[in-house]
Amino acid sequence: MTELSELRRIAIVPAWNEAATVTGVIEELRAFDSGLAVVVVDDGSTDHTAQAAAAAGAHVLRLPFNLGIGGAVQTGFRYAYERGYELAVRVDGDGQHDPAQLGAVIAPVLRGEADIAVGSRFLGAGDGYRSSRPRRLGIRILAAVVSRLTHQRVTDPTSGFQALNRKGIALFARDYPHDYPEVEATVMVARHRLRSVEVPVTMRERGGGESSITALRSIYYMAKVLLALFVGLFRNTVLPQEERV
Amino acid sequence: MTPLAVSILGAIASFTLVLVVLELIRRHRLRERYALLWLVTGLVLTALSAWRGGLNTIAGWVGVRGYPPAVLFAVAILFILAVLLHYSTVVSRLSDQNILLAQKLALLEQELRSAARDDA
Repeated sequence: MTELSELRRIAIVPAWNEAATVTGVIEELRAFDSGLAVVVVDDGSTDHTAQAAAAAGAHVLRLPFNLGIGGAVQTGFRYAYERGYELAVRVDGDGQHDPAQLGAVIAPVLRGEADIAVGSRFLGAGDGYRSSRPRRLGIRILAAVVSRLTHQRVTDPTSGFQALNRKGIALFARDYPHDYPEVEATVMVARHRLRSVEVPVTMRERGGGESSITALRSIYYMAKVLLALFVGLFRNTVLPQEERV
Repeated sequence: MTPLAVSILGAIASFTLVLVVLELIRRHRLRERYALLWLVTGLVLTALSAWRGGLNTIAGWVGVRGYPPAVLFAVAILFILAVLLHYSTVVSRLSDQNILLAQKLALLEQELRSAARDDA
């Protein structure tokens, strides 16, 4: 088993108008592991997210306009890939992912059992915040579809609380879905024959700001994701590409 | 009643549109977000072409007598207008973003140059 301290490691924090919470998230990340680099991807915020993150000591990538969560997160993966990081964790800037639980999420990657480990709200004890009722229904539908497509049990395909090794970073730096990316990414990971695993976590209610998903957008999102998954079935299976040096 | 040949041709053409859109997505040449409206267009037109009784009924509702396929054309035009309008908004957004990118690049280049001058 690799020790966390042996690895060059980075936390990718996408943030869109999260000035109220981003400082706390960065401090909690430092408290979890002082050797963890933190890069905040400011997705075209109109508040002081970038300043707050820089003041808290994070590297800040400021996107000139809002790319949506997929484009923002991929910016972080590109950064991690270019800078040669060996382990990346993704933690949202709104405070719903608790950095104190990162140890559990990272563990399967450190043990070499998985290329990508995902924190799931729906495994295990069942306390903590689990999203609103209609959204839980949407997540269950997507979880059922994704489980079938990947031939493994996936309970929380929309979770962005993840840890990845260098292979995972390389894949997402090269190719990452747009808009709300996690569901398609889960299937993509399986089709590239990377190993993924879910780890039980509890999530918190977002600390501030607004969720980027409204009711009408959820319907559009479901339609878009299901279309993407359906079309994905007819693509040739892609084998893992060798890492560029 | 709609002539059978019109129904068959309409259904084939509309369904071909659906298949072409799906193939374009598969080849990564069309993003899902821009394909949804095309797919709805194709599916609605396929349904209206193939379901001849339905087209007749709808034609009756809107007072089209004599030539029900006119409703098919009207619906097609409506959807094409919707797609075009959507694309106009997309083009507008892209041109705004393009301007912003050019401006940011100019500022960045100026900053790099003055940093290089300071070093020299």
